[in-house]
Amino acid sequence: MKRTSDSKWVTPAMLIASYKKSPQAQAIERFYHKHRTVLMLILIAFLCIFPFFTNKSYVLGVICRIFLYSILAGALNTINGYSGQFCLGIAGFFCVGAYSEAILATAAKMNFWVILPIAGLLTAAIGLLVALPTLKMQGIYLAIVTLGFSEIARLIALNWTSLTGGPMGIKGIPVPVIFGFAIRSTRHFYYLYLAVAILFLVVTSRVIRSRIGRAWMSIREDQLAAKSLGVYTSRYKALNFMYGAFWAGIAGAIYAPYVRFIDSTYFTLDEGWNILSMMIIGGQGTLVGPIVGSVIVNYLTELLRPIGQWRLVAYALLIIVMMWWRPQGLAGASNSIVAVKGDTKLRKNSPRKEVQA
Amino acid sequence: MSTPALFEAKNICKYFGGLKAVQQVDMTIERGDIYGIIGPNGAGKTTFFNACSGIDKPTKGHVYLEGEEITHLAPEQIAKKGMARTFQNIKLFRYMSVLENVKIGFHNQLKSTLFDAILHTKTYKQDEAFAAERGEQIIEQVGLGPFRDTLAGNLPYGVQRKVEIARALALDPKIILLDEPAAGMNPSETHNLMKFIKDLNAQGYTIAVIEHDMKFVMNACNKILVLNFGQKISEGGPSEVQQDSKVIEAYFGKGSFTEEGRHGNA
Repeated sequence: MKRTSDSKWVTPAMLIASYKKSPQAQAIERFYHKHRTVLMLILIAFLCIFPFFTNKSYVLGVICRIFLYSILAGALNTINGYSGQFCLGIAGFFCVGAYSEAILATAAKMNFWVILPIAGLLTAAIGLLVALPTLKMQGIYLAIVTLGFSEIARLIALNWTSLTGGPMGIKGIPVPVIFGFAIRSTRHFYYLYLAVAILFLVVTSRVIRSRIGRAWMSIREDQLAAKSLGVYTSRYKALNFMYGAFWAGIAGAIYAPYVRFIDSTYFTLDEGWNILSMMIIGGQGTLVGPIVGSVIVNYLTELLRPIGQWRLVAYALLIIVMMWWRPQGLAGASNSIVAVKGDTKLRKNSPRKEVQA
Repeated sequence: MSTPALFEAKNICKYFGGLKAVQQVDMTIERGDIYGIIGPNGAGKTTFFNACSGIDKPTKGHVYLEGEEITHLAPEQIAKKGMARTFQNIKLFRYMSVLENVKIGFHNQLKSTLFDAILHTKTYKQDEAFAAERGEQIIEQVGLGPFRDTLAGNLPYGVQRKVEIARALALDPKIILLDEPAAGMNPSETHNLMKFIKDLNAQGYTIAVIEHDMKFVMNACNKILVLNFGQKISEGGPSEVQQDSKVIEAYFGKGSFTEEGRHGNA
């Protein structure tokens, strides 16, 4: 297979690029940036009333998964996408969070709302433990270590029978109760997941736009340059790992009472690949990327149920095609149509100068 | 006793295995200097700079900033103490805008923690206001106004060099080390850069610069250090260095004849 001329192959990237130049696309973009807050509120309002339009708990269940995996892929994205560390161990953090919740809720009979932050912080502490010995590692080496961590977490869950129930898992995890109201059905969990997902997005977008987020991105771009500008790269890498782990732990903690029963098979490496593929398909380094990825992969999972295990082949093909046509992911990098660009507040304050470079 | 020199490197040696890249080089930079470091290719200029800025620890020797020893500090600690540097092969944050590049330089001047950022506290707002305002100032000062929202990686080469300098200025440094700022520039760009560096100096910045362009060094610098094969062969004002037979020998070989106008681009 040989490319004789560029014009013979029209890639989606080229289509998107030409579409972006069209006046309609630019008008849409301007409209979006002008009314961003309003549009976001409309979207949230729509998501809030959505459960009233459908009675199918199956549909709501799929959307719950989308929310859950948006948080997980988003947490992974803060590590892989923003600070450029190659972490494959997200399923391990998910596992730690879920087991923390399950154990504290069943054995210690603690309140879900107390456990939630504890589970997050515990997972963050584990994140720090993983980060400390790996601070000088990069790329594939870090990937291998985090991959190992993920398996270790799963194997501990499988074998520490007295604490985790071993292969029997933990059953009868109590549901969360808020003001005397038990969050029991899928519909209730829909709102819990929506709330946590929004919280994650708001908090992360704020962190990303602070000196901390900038320090993470500078590590991704060039560590030596970051150091020469006074960024304590080791410290910020550790913080970054803890932050990602924290949210993966939170995701685990809201997952455990939803399924009511957990065992180690929920947290295999497959789960890690699943989350990773969402982030890659959706796009790294943007807030919206992992959400897009989560929607696509979870939707495909449902769509391809009839073909059973063959759907894994479909994912693989999808990822290969993505790597070929759009390596930055659907909503990754800055040159995509949906990527969130820059700080709009700043632009409002000072007139923007058009660049003629 | 008089105040210590702004920057002092004493007896710096850097060996890579058996290769003695830098041997026993001393350098003293006073406040307000534009200090030039020249030498043929492979003379150890960049290695010497790296040893001074903590990127590669020197094998032997001591580095002082305002009389305080910084030899064994990490590069980020040295940056915090007030030394900024640029790199020979430009190291920009390519997928960040020019303004964001500059904002990284404020890192240690800003104080907000993770919680300040999440809760948008007063500290955070002050920090961001400062970064935005001072960032704009520096961008204007360096003449990058039209490019502030462009991704740094998409800029032309000469402009990228300016972004690196702007980023270094954001540190509010006591001394700036520039590693071949004019590399790859055409004569008129080089001339503008020279004016720009002189302007910075007039504003009170102390600058040390590695450069190949003789015209640049001879016109801009008030003190020059010449390295060859890792050793200091000469030091002094531009005219002194130009007359030095060792320097002439290093650049043109033995028995050659030279006069001021014939240096050109060595």
